[in-house]
Amino acid sequence: MTSVDTTVPATTAPRRTPGPGPRRRRSTRVRVGQVVSGALVALLLVIVVGPLVWMLLGSFKTQTEFLEQPVWALPAQWNLDNYVFAWTQGNFAQYASNSVLTVFPSLLLVLLFGSMAGFALEVLVWKGRGAILITFLAGIMVPTQMILLPLFAAYFRLGLTGTLWPLLITYTATSLPLAVFLMATFFRAVPREIFEAATLDGAGLIRSFFLVGLPMVRNALFTVGLVQFFMLWNDLLIALTFTNSGSLRTLQVGLLNFTGQFGSVQYGPLFAAICLNVVAILVIYLFLNKQVQKGLTAGAVKG
Amino acid sequence: MNPLLGDRRATLILIGPALLIYSVVMLVPIIVSFGYTLTSGNAITGFTFSGLENYQRLVTDTRVRDALLLTVRYAVLMTVLQVGFGYLLSLMYVFVLRKWSSAVRTLVFFPVVLPTVAVALLFQQMFAIAPQNGLVNTALEAVGLSSVDWFGDGGTAFLVIIVMDVWRSMGFYGVLLYAGLLDIPEEVFESARIDGASGLGLVRRIVLPLSLPVLISSLIFSVNGTLKVFDSILALTNGGPGTSTSPLTIYMFDTSFRFGQYGYGSTVAFLLTVVSLLVTVFIFRANRRDLTKD
Repeated sequence: MTSVDTTVPATTAPRRTPGPGPRRRRSTRVRVGQVVSGALVALLLVIVVGPLVWMLLGSFKTQTEFLEQPVWALPAQWNLDNYVFAWTQGNFAQYASNSVLTVFPSLLLVLLFGSMAGFALEVLVWKGRGAILITFLAGIMVPTQMILLPLFAAYFRLGLTGTLWPLLITYTATSLPLAVFLMATFFRAVPREIFEAATLDGAGLIRSFFLVGLPMVRNALFTVGLVQFFMLWNDLLIALTFTNSGSLRTLQVGLLNFTGQFGSVQYGPLFAAICLNVVAILVIYLFLNKQVQKGLTAGAVKG
Repeated sequence: MNPLLGDRRATLILIGPALLIYSVVMLVPIIVSFGYTLTSGNAITGFTFSGLENYQRLVTDTRVRDALLLTVRYAVLMTVLQVGFGYLLSLMYVFVLRKWSSAVRTLVFFPVVLPTVAVALLFQQMFAIAPQNGLVNTALEAVGLSSVDWFGDGGTAFLVIIVMDVWRSMGFYGVLLYAGLLDIPEEVFESARIDGASGLGLVRRIVLPLSLPVLISSLIFSVNGTLKVFDSILALTNGGPGTSTSPLTIYMFDTSFRFGQYGYGSTVAFLLTVVSLLVTVFIFRANRRDLTKD
């Protein structure tokens, strides 16, 4: 990143030095600096966007184009055949519905129980709340691998294997620690007096949580929900462990097994399947990128 | 103490559901998993007590040694690269792009939210050699080099894993560290410049020390995440060729679900947990010692 040392002084240093000589040198330095940093930014954008554009182009190509045309060639036609193939033959409709049916109910439970617990741990006064908070924190550190086998055995014995319940339950539990912790930190910012006043006015603590507390942290709820959505939607480990039949696969497991479904690799449909998998995320990101960036990095610093 | 906000029944109702789910689905399994390490068998065949056999196997198993080495190699390399590139990005956002950085930040962050499987399949195609060269081999041939069978050898496959994961994560650390840099007051830069600091000197003497706290928390977060790497490697190379790119997580998954050895799989998972905890504690303590020195 050599551009830093050329542009920073060039744009901010006081231009007091008289005479044409130094000034001309400075202005060429400015120009060189701008060109270098412009080139670096352009390179960065090509590296980030290039693969995505290539993916999109690939999703319109036919199998013959993949095998006979150079990789950078544009597709000869712009139709949705590959997408239709992936959605129907590739079972993507089923996978998407499995993902939706597991991720969204878990999200709802996590947000409800997480904010209730966050409120209890941060606002309410009781013995042992510090220890409970640390217990939740420990859950963020422990690798998921540590709980998979006992859960697998338990779900098997309870007869839940072969349904979507194992996914829903595991998603809810593994998301709770971070949600509880984040909600607790958000409730920290709300003045205690508000809840005291609500209690004095005769509202029970539970009522004042739902009627006063929740509305005050609705932005935080949204952020936490967004963070957890991405984690669950993109999960592979848990989904792979608990989806033992094809009809239970989530989008990620389905995509992972996509090429294995047909005798040979169907490149066009594969690229279309990747695009389909990305499109929901892309739409959310287009509208909410500020909140997504803020939320995900907040999860890192606090977690 | 605040009597207004102390109510045993309300507390129980509010914390109850979360604590119950968390205990039953996470805490109890952690303990049970520890119990599994003393047994052999699995959920279908049943378990038999086997004492410390799994631990004896753990210390002599060369595959565990290889997997642990790969995990550590990945975690160290990835942490250096993703935090390093992220820091360079954040410096670029603040000092070069300034007010126009928002669009670039948003674009570079996008791969962070993409499903890992999708990215891995995309990179498989980008680095493909058969049936046709992917983008990378095409580019190599265009500049006169020969194509590389990236996934045919553990070393080059590892390289692709690293390249892909840096591509996926640098935008995240860019935004994380950018937020840290924004917290440095503008006056600090002003006075440093008046004192004659500029360019790299400014970065080294002013920016770096002041952004150290957020750099440290990035390091901790990165090490913690990279030690548990699973998705990206599984989807990109599935641990192969052979077992040459299998980290502990994939070895644990194989032993447990492919070979049905829950006891030994739990022992490997336990090793992973211990390693993550040790490393995190180590970084925390090293960091604290540094702060007292200053």
